[in-house]
Formats: sequence, structure tokens, C-alpha cells
Amino acid sequence: MFRISFEKRYDRSRRLTLTIYLLSLILAILAASLIFPLRGVNPLTALQKILLSSFFSSYGLSETITKAIPLILISSGLCLAYRAKLWNIGSEGQLLAGCILATWTGLNASIMPSVLVLPLMFMAGMLGGALFGMLAAWLKHRFCMNEVISTLMLNYVAIEAVQYLIYGPWKGKTQWGFPYTDNFPVSATLGLIPGTRIHYLTLTLGLLFSALSYFLLSRTTFGFEIRLSGENQRAADRAGISPLKVSLLAMGLSGGLAGLAGTGELCGIHHHLTYPWAVSSGYGFTAIIVAWISGMNPLLCILSSIFFGGLLVGGDAVQISLGLPFAVVNVFNGVILFFLITGEFFLENRIFIRRGGNAGT
Amino acid sequence: MPGLELAVSILNRALSAGTPLLLGTLGEIYTERAGIINLGIEGMMSVGAVSGFWMAARTGSPWMGLLAALLAGALLALLHAISTVWLRSNQIVSGLALTMLGLGFSGLFGKTLIGTTLTSRFQSIKLPLLSEIPLLGGSLFSQDPVFYLSLLIWLLVFLHYRHTRQGLRLKAIGDNPLAAETMCVPVNCYKLLAVVFGGAMAGLAGGYLSLVYIPAWIEGMTGGRGFIVIALTISSAWNPARAAPMAYLFSAVYVLQYSFLQNYLSPHFLLMLPYLATLAILTGSGKSGRFSAPVTLGMPYYRNSK
Repeated sequence: MFRISFEKRYDRSRRLTLTIYLLSLILAILAASLIFPLRGVNPLTALQKILLSSFFSSYGLSETITKAIPLILISSGLCLAYRAKLWNIGSEGQLLAGCILATWTGLNASIMPSVLVLPLMFMAGMLGGALFGMLAAWLKHRFCMNEVISTLMLNYVAIEAVQYLIYGPWKGKTQWGFPYTDNFPVSATLGLIPGTRIHYLTLTLGLLFSALSYFLLSRTTFGFEIRLSGENQRAADRAGISPLKVSLLAMGLSGGLAGLAGTGELCGIHHHLTYPWAVSSGYGFTAIIVAWISGMNPLLCILSSIFFGGLLVGGDAVQISLGLPFAVVNVFNGVILFFLITGEFFLENRIFIRRGGNAGT
Repeated sequence: MPGLELAVSILNRALSAGTPLLLGTLGEIYTERAGIINLGIEGMMSVGAVSGFWMAARTGSPWMGLLAALLAGALLALLHAISTVWLRSNQIVSGLALTMLGLGFSGLFGKTLIGTTLTSRFQSIKLPLLSEIPLLGGSLFSQDPVFYLSLLIWLLVFLHYRHTRQGLRLKAIGDNPLAAETMCVPVNCYKLLAVVFGGAMAGLAGGYLSLVYIPAWIEGMTGGRGFIVIALTISSAWNPARAAPMAYLFSAVYVLQYSFLQNYLSPHFLLMLPYLATLAILTGSGKSGRFSAPVTLGMPYYRNSK
């Protein structure tokens, strides 16, 4: 007989962490590929297709980076919240809340000098997302409301608010009856790297904020306060760290970066506000995996965002060339998450398999 | 009496739209009572809808479809149970993974089912005598069999929760698992079963959508109902008895968006209501007495922790 027992692991070497993460990632991709034969597609062909179309062609790579831009911004923000153990799952809503304020600014662009339009839109977008994030933080402080629930509910509030605006008061007069707002003026659109859809200003912002978040977390007092409240609330209380301040700032920054990502999508790609799911494309949820897989390290988020951006592009590719639905990407995301949290278990626990009967543990 | 007829037709549609919400909520209440939060309802519902429809189309029997939906939901929930009860992983992440997996699987396997129609469907049952009652009889007592089944499940779950030892233990496990363990309650076993039961109910809810409510498979047909279920779980204060009135109330709001109210209020504000109501209820309740969540909700439980 075998007996399996666990023991908490206290030493977590960097090498072990890396090995387990990479192993779970590889195993996850292998496991997720098993869905292809079920639909009569050779998994090797499919994987090859995904890789070739997302990383190994210049068009694919540029699309991958385009999709990684919002992911970098959102996931860097999420790292701040998650380190403080604030389970913000409302990036989707915060992104849209940012879009609403940014769109309002963009639609009123004619009254301001054109050089100010983009900076104001980005500030408005960040403000919208930040306010939405801070709302959840305030609700948690004032009413002890679980932030998972409040951010989840606020997602849907934001979705319906956007729907209301694009079908109602903001419906564009020049859009042939489609639920789009009027197009933004040229002064509100972002420059692209020629031949691609990469809006480099947002990309720069993403890299900048990712580095700033890393610096904030690892080198500043506030970062220390975030980490301490996340790891040991009691110690944080003893140290006189205000939980309200930590949660307002962490959630505000997290939401603000999501709002920034939304604004980038509007000004860089869509040039008007449209269906909420077309604007956010599920980036808010994908970014949760990105932050998680990066071990809540904003710098690693850049790398993971490119990986998941590639997965999204690969999903498009198998949809077009192999006739598989885009939902394939969801299967990949889900399986990767499951393998990661299983890997987490092996990281936190040492496993013993003992031969022989009643080993009393 | 056009106003009255309208009211009856709204009631009729609200009962039907509320059935999947009720089923899902009953399941999630049990899951959360055992201290485990499952954000994967949307995924389990979606998988239930696809497999129910597939089975019904294949066998020609909607009952077989319903059974397949239930099993599919339970199977997916088992994954959540394994990762949260045994591996004690983060319940939020695992639930989100479940949603992604469920939506992915259903999109993948449902693709061939798009455009298929069912050969046989559930017929509505007119209860003798009762359905003759003027006005209300038509909507309350001539519904499809799954509607009656959901009411029966509601009654059974309520009785089980309120009047059996198991129900009491379930509540104890969510509030204080260590105490329950000391009283020789197999805590992890209960947790596992509660999560699987939650999945079965979510699957059933999905089956109702694709077999009765819309009779077809359309990608994205769950349309956020899984997250309304999470809202409903809170607003029924984790109490199975309140699940039904809450589910029907919310579904009435949902149905109202298609009605005369459209002239006065944008439907999008109506659709916001369930979520706003949940937030309002939670602000009103705070940490105080009757409305509190299971104490250890969302926390991993270590059996040998001392």
C-alpha cells in the first residue's frame, strides 16, 4: 500500500519555482491540445498553426504585440491589487468605465486645443477606471463588502452603462444606425507603427507603468505597505498601516491602468465607443491569468502578456484556417489556469509517498 | 383588460425565465454554505446547455438531455472540487478557470449543433382543474415539466437544509469547519458533494435553457446568467427558501425589459438592476446578523491545522 502525505514547504528556491511554473505551462499546453483530435484536427498541425501565426510571421507578431498592449497595462495594475490580497476581478468593468469618460472627452474634443485632446482623454480614462476600482475599495472598507463580489457586479453595471450610451444618448449620427458613437476627431487618434496596428504610445505607457509598478512594489514604502497588508494583515495593523489607504490606492491604480488600457484601445484601434465586448474583448479576464502566471511581478507581466497575446492571435488563426471556433482560446486559458494552481500546490507542499501501511501522519 | 393580460403574460414568462436562475442559485447556495465559492456557474451552465441539447438531439428524448446536462455540470464542478478541496487552491482563480473552460468546451463542441432543431421537446403540462383557474391558472399550472421539477427540487433542498441533520452540518461546515471536524463530520466529503451538487444544478439550469427556454444551441446563450446566480445567492442570504422568490423577482425584471416599460426607461437600466440590487443589499447588511455569509467562505480548510 502507498500512503501519500504532504508537508508544508518553507524554502521556495527560485529554481524550483521556475521549474514548476514552466512544467505546468508545458503540461497545460499538451493537455489543452487534446481537444484538437476530438474535432478531427491533428494537434501538431494546430499547435504549429498557432505558433507560426502568432510569433513567427511579421504580421502575426505585430498582432500579438497589439493584443499584448492592454494585457500589459491591466495585469501590471492587477499585480498591485493582488499583492495586497485584494481580489480585483473587475478589470473588465474598470476598463469600460475608463472608456466612458475617455469617450466623453473625445466627443467634446472640438472645444479644446488639439494637442490637449489625447492627454486629456488618457487622463479621463485613467480617472474613470480608478474611480470604479476605488468604489469597490470603499465598499469593502465601509460595508465590509467582499471585493470579489462587488467588482464582479460592477463589471455588469459598466457593460450595461456602455450599452445604454451607445444605443441611447451617444449613438452616432453618421454611423448608419450601428450602435457606435460618432468617430473621434483625428486629434484623438493614436499613431500606429506603419503596416501594423501597434499604437506605440499605449505600448510605451504599458512598459512604463509596468516598470513603475515593479518599482513601486519593490522599492517604495507604499509597496512595502501593500505587501505587508497582503501577507499579514495583523502585522500591518500593528504597524499602523491604514487599510483604507492601501486598498484605495491599490484598487485605484489597478482600475486606473485598466481604464488606460481601454482608452488606448479606443484611440488606437476603434476610434469610437462600440459594443462593450468588442472594446474589452475579455482582456480584463485574460489579464487575471497573466498576473497570476507572472507570480504578481509586473515586469514578468510583459512577457506573459506577449504569450497570451499570441494565444489570442493563434485563436483567430485556427478559427480562420482550421474552422475551429475562437472558443479554443478559452479552453487553453482555462486549462493553463488549472495546471498553474495545481503547480502552486506542489510549490507549497512537499509530497511524500511512503511504502507500507499505517504510516501515521 | 389589456393590462391584466399583460401582467399574466409577464408572470408566465417570468416563471420560465426564473427557472434556470432558481436551479443555479440553489446549487450555489449549497456550495457556498460548505464554504466554497464557485465563480464557474456560467461555464457549467454553458456546458450543461450544450450537452443537454446534444443528447436530446441524439436520443430524441429531452429527459435524456436533461440528465446529460446535469451530469456534465457535475463533472465540471468535480474539477473545481478537486482543486479547491484537495489541493486547496485559490477558489476565485479556480472558478474563473472553470468559466473559461466551460465556455471554451461548449463553444468548441456546440459549433456543429448550431442550426439543429430538436425532434421532440417537453410539452407543457396542464394540471387538471388548477389550470382552469381564471387568469393565474394559465401561467402557474400549465408550464413545462422542468418548471415543476425545479419547484420540487426547491422544496426538497429547503427541507433538507432546514430539517435534517445533514443540512445543519452543512451550515456548520461553512461557519466553522474545525468544530464540525471535531464533531466527527467528514468535512471534505461534504464540501466535495456540495460543490458537485452545485455543478449538477448549474448543468440542469443550462439544460433548461437549451431544451425548454430557447430550444436551440446558440453560442453565448447563457448570457451572464451565471453571474446573476452569484448575485442571487447573496440576495437570498444563502437561504434556499428565499432562492425562489428572489429568482422570480429578478426574472420578472429581466422580462420587463421587453415590455411597455421600454417607453419610459432604457432596458439597459433594468438589466443593471440585479447587480445594483446585490450591491445595495450587501451595503445594507454589512457584517450584521441575519444576512451574513458563511464565515469561512472562500478560505481553504486544512484538516490537520492545529
